[in-house]
Amino acid sequence: MRTTDVAIEAHFSGTLGSFTLDVAINVPMRGVTALYGPSGCGKTTILRCLAGLQRLPGRLTVAGEVWQDDGQGIFRVPHERSIGYVFQEASLFSHLSVRSNLLFGHRRALKAGLREEIHFNDVIELLGLGHMLERAPSHLSGGERQRVAVGRALLSQPRLLLMDEPLSALDRMTKDEILPYFEALDDKLSLPIIYVSHDISEVERLADTLVLLDRGRVLASGVLADLEADPTLPLVHAPDAAVTLDGTISGIDSVYALTSLSISGGSLIVPGRRGEIGQRRRLKISASDVSFTLVAPVSTTIQNCLPAKIVSVDPHDAARIQMNIVARLGESETGARIVARVTRKSQEALGLVPGSRVFIQIKSVALVG
Amino acid sequence: MPELSELWPPIRLTLTLAAITTVVLLIVGTPIAWWLARSRARWKEAVAAVVALPLVLPPTVLGFYLLILLGPNGPGGALAGLWGARTLAFTFEALVLGSVLYSMPFVVQPIRNAFEAIGERPLEVAATLRASPFDRFWSVAVPLARPGFMTGAVLGFAHTVGEFGVVLMIGGNIPGQTKVLSIAMYDYVETLRWVEAHILAGGMLVFAFVVILAMLVLEKRIGWPRT
Repeated sequence: MRTTDVAIEAHFSGTLGSFTLDVAINVPMRGVTALYGPSGCGKTTILRCLAGLQRLPGRLTVAGEVWQDDGQGIFRVPHERSIGYVFQEASLFSHLSVRSNLLFGHRRALKAGLREEIHFNDVIELLGLGHMLERAPSHLSGGERQRVAVGRALLSQPRLLLMDEPLSALDRMTKDEILPYFEALDDKLSLPIIYVSHDISEVERLADTLVLLDRGRVLASGVLADLEADPTLPLVHAPDAAVTLDGTISGIDSVYALTSLSISGGSLIVPGRRGEIGQRRRLKISASDVSFTLVAPVSTTIQNCLPAKIVSVDPHDAARIQMNIVARLGESETGARIVARVTRKSQEALGLVPGSRVFIQIKSVALVG
Repeated sequence: MPELSELWPPIRLTLTLAAITTVVLLIVGTPIAWWLARSRARWKEAVAAVVALPLVLPPTVLGFYLLILLGPNGPGGALAGLWGARTLAFTFEALVLGSVLYSMPFVVQPIRNAFEAIGERPLEVAATLRASPFDRFWSVAVPLARPGFMTGAVLGFAHTVGEFGVVLMIGGNIPGQTKVLSIAMYDYVETLRWVEAHILAGGMLVFAFVVILAMLVLEKRIGWPRT
């Protein structure tokens, strides 16, 4: 990784009760980095250490500034760190109106001499808060509260936004209502976001970079799609394994209302008009929606059928009933990697082994962002 | 016909004493309550027990020790000697000190409970929003603990108004200086002046009712941001 890509370098190692954390994490300057893993893997602890709310031995630098270095006895207290923190529950101040909540950190940041880079009116518009400014937090819905909490964090002029499972306390419908606001955050602000989640669907929608955690250690970190298709990591073997790919709209069939998106190593068709040519969209392909043929199918209802080359074949379960197959689209080494789950019977019948040339059939492609 | 004008000085003295005591208790009791709510010291419950002692101690016991402490042979007497007095007991200041100690648990406990009820989270949020510890205390902890402060202040005030034993021990019965309402009432009953006793007793009853009612109504009215 080039040094300019690294905004946050963190290394924490210590014990909390019976739990041992030992992690080294590099987070890039832009985009959303998800800390993902099962509960108890230490992701919230890492976030709290980044914020200074908790202290474990280690070292932390953010954009070149040292925030913690136990070797030199440096520890910057939370209120002197330029962070925005969004907690699991919105935790709005119940004695203040929405407006005063939003301005709480804003006022203090400006008083501390920070430049106002994130403006009140922009945040109001971005998060759709205009109609609730004079209300009391107790008169907001769960989703509205969490949006205010995000706005409040942003207005404290952070250089880094930390979000600790901000959607986990919300129901499915509210989540779907709030996720577009989060996506807009990433698009409109050039602010690195570290997003803790144990819900892979949130990660698929929001994350660019993934840090995979398990029992206080980093299993792997890197570009989301790479980790999703790495057979040595648990994501490929999850029941709902999938890959997420970023595509660009390359054509629109106005007769049948189909949108084609080009991805690395091929192009895919999704039903409906999904935007304008040149726009970027995120696609999700579930392992269970992918099948293989050895020859190009002549007549099939499946729209998406692409040449590919098999990269790996691994058993999905101990009884070897199903296999997880990773294949790379197209001819080049840079083609997008797709995960498929097939029965061992089919795998053996087709003689699928690493290096086999195949056609991938994708039954459905979901747009997730 | 009772002498109404003679009823007024003890009432005024009592109200003054209660008001001063309440203010002192809010100033002294708040840091104690904060410490009790936030500290992880193992011996903090011992401190809490000391603060709570007046709840179970007969007021005369507290008054007795204060008398020893403030009297001519105690450190209070020695201190008083600096400006030529003989003792610190039997003064209005002694009454304030006694009342502060005696009413302390009634003020500290509700405030401590309110601070504890806030929990860690709002303070952590404030810290991530650039508020220093002092700032967090004033702009988050105190406003959120407001019901505790209201309860503490009202209880402290009312409890001081009704106090008898401590006053009797260290205040004596000096008109205009230490003769508070409850002592005056006791005097009236002793001397069989039932009318005056009735006026004071009835007045206290109405006062107590009005204060508590006002507190309940006020708390509802201004409590709009929370629910």
